[in-house]
Amino acid sequence: MTVRTAEILMAILCALCSIGLMMKSAELKIGWVPERGPGSGAWPFWLSGGMLLASIATIYRWFRGVTPESRNIQPYMTRETVVVVGISAGSIVFLLIATHLVGIYIALFFFLLFYLKFVGRHSWQLTVSMVVLVPIAVFCLFEWALKIPLPKSISEPLFYPIYDLMYSF
Amino acid sequence: MEEILLHLAGGLSQAMEPLNFMMIILGCALGLLIGAMPGLGSVNGVAILLPITFLVPPTSAIIFLAAIYYGAMYGGAISSITLGIPGASTAVATVFDGRPLAQTGHADKALTAAAVASFIGGTISVVLFTLFAPPLATFALKFGPAEEFSLMLLAFATFIGLGGDDIPKTIFSILVGLVLAAVGLDIISGQPRLVFGDIDGFLHGINFLVLAIGIYGIGEMLWTLESTQGEVVVHKVKMSLSQLKSNLKDVKTYIGTTSLGSVLGYFVGTLPAAGATPASLMAYGLAKTFSKDPDSFGKGNVAGVAAPEAANNAASTGSMLPMITLGIPGSPTTAILLGGMIIWGLRPGPLLFTENPEFVWGLIGSLYIANFATLVINIAFIPLFVKVLTIPFTILAPIIYILCVVGGYAPTQTMHDVWLMLLFGVVGYLLRKLNYPVAPAVLAIVLGPLAERSLRQSLLSSQGEMSIFITRPISAVCILIAIGLVSYPLVKKFKKKASETAS
Repeated sequence: MTVRTAEILMAILCALCSIGLMMKSAELKIGWVPERGPGSGAWPFWLSGGMLLASIATIYRWFRGVTPESRNIQPYMTRETVVVVGISAGSIVFLLIATHLVGIYIALFFFLLFYLKFVGRHSWQLTVSMVVLVPIAVFCLFEWALKIPLPKSISEPLFYPIYDLMYSF
Repeated sequence: MEEILLHLAGGLSQAMEPLNFMMIILGCALGLLIGAMPGLGSVNGVAILLPITFLVPPTSAIIFLAAIYYGAMYGGAISSITLGIPGASTAVATVFDGRPLAQTGHADKALTAAAVASFIGGTISVVLFTLFAPPLATFALKFGPAEEFSLMLLAFATFIGLGGDDIPKTIFSILVGLVLAAVGLDIISGQPRLVFGDIDGFLHGINFLVLAIGIYGIGEMLWTLESTQGEVVVHKVKMSLSQLKSNLKDVKTYIGTTSLGSVLGYFVGTLPAAGATPASLMAYGLAKTFSKDPDSFGKGNVAGVAAPEAANNAASTGSMLPMITLGIPGSPTTAILLGGMIIWGLRPGPLLFTENPEFVWGLIGSLYIANFATLVINIAFIPLFVKVLTIPFTILAPIIYILCVVGGYAPTQTMHDVWLMLLFGVVGYLLRKLNYPVAPAVLAIVLGPLAERSLRQSLLSSQGEMSIFITRPISAVCILIAIGLVSYPLVKKFKKKASETAS
């Protein structure tokens, strides 16, 4: 897909999202409510209307070839970019799904293992030390210092002894 | 004046308290590291590290984040000079002469000039900040909801008029940010709004950090991974005490243009859309214009490194002026700082000076100390920072992703926000590839609730009469300037067309 095609597709998508937002906002009152001022939906409705107009302006400018992107026939994403960006975005998706399933610490273990060993091709020594130390650092900073419990899912019972130890101090 | 000096003395002593002083040193060092890394700038560092600041009191937290902001402005020069890749967009102009200097073996000269100029820029701007902030805050106390709303319109108009980006795309970006801020319970009626698919996660709204970390954490890393696929060459830097002494002797050759660039940078920095990048480019142009040897610019003139570095540092302080005094951030980084202030339970705006003087003056005092601390840390540890630049992205990227995920989870503690953050990161990256500016969206999501509240309060008091915005003098002036700014690109276009047809 060229940059030119991507720009028009994105502008159409933005226009459709704007219409969707206008419809969603219109589920609430968008006019004047006596003694209460503008209805709850008025602000997002008119803002979405503005988004729609801005998207239509982009579409119009695309047809007239005003924007540099509308004249650019280079690929929007090269194969190399798709691979690099895809691996990164995909690995974060994996991290989040795994966090839901087995908790963040086990997810972090596999995420780091994948990224450092299979993407970065780093030594086992570096990989193992990072895989162990980073989750410990995250635990100490967030759970111990900031008192923000991170999602642990089914791995929660594994942390009971650590909590006992933590709160015994 | 005497009162200002008294407050400043109090602020300085507060900044010197052990915890705050530690935050300054830590913030400056982290900022230098973050700024030095290609693709990461102050805004990324502040967005990713903001959730960690819940550990300390608000004053220490803002001091830490401001020090990161400051340090990152210094640090941006390191990669511009040694890698030829700007550490952040604010250091683009530093590459012009910094890279040629490094290629001819004078990286130490360029790095010293950048550090000293940053210090000069920082010092001048902090003094200007101290002088301008209290009177501006006093003036802003006269502002009612109508003035507040008009001022926010003015902030958005600067993005359209001065941002230099595609205008419909800039408007789209601003409006997206405002709509995202409207998700959740209506601030006046309490009715749920824009709760898509009846997902409960939307009921508590979209925290600005979710968008900021998504765009400046994940989106930025994707962008950097794409743009630095090739190999980068780090130029070696040797720095001895005698070299440092001889480099410092060069200061007199660029002190004039550096000071001028600092004043320019400060004032450009106060404008929401302008900020450090245009300020540094303008300062570079200024230094070249006033130079006795303009042809040497672009080939390795130390003044070409010093002027933009002074300006970008000055601009970072300048952008804090509207944030502290008016509650309007002057840059994406200050937008995040402003959001942080709301999370810490503070009310940004002119009342801060009267309600939380220790917070404001502690911050101002810390800027003086951070400026000096960054200079010392920078010069002392230049070789270390250069070494850090050689860390492969395959180590850096997963650590940043983890910080983003955990940082996105921390404020609301729901996985819903983390998924949203990833979505914003990827969509932000895809939009940025099509020249949609992302900074206005971040500014808008922070200002959104404040803008809506002031608009609705104004309309309620005027019984729906929009004329309230033009019958009140301060508001009318803001609206007039906003209209002028929005029409500026059109006027420029017509003038260009007219001159083309005339020739």
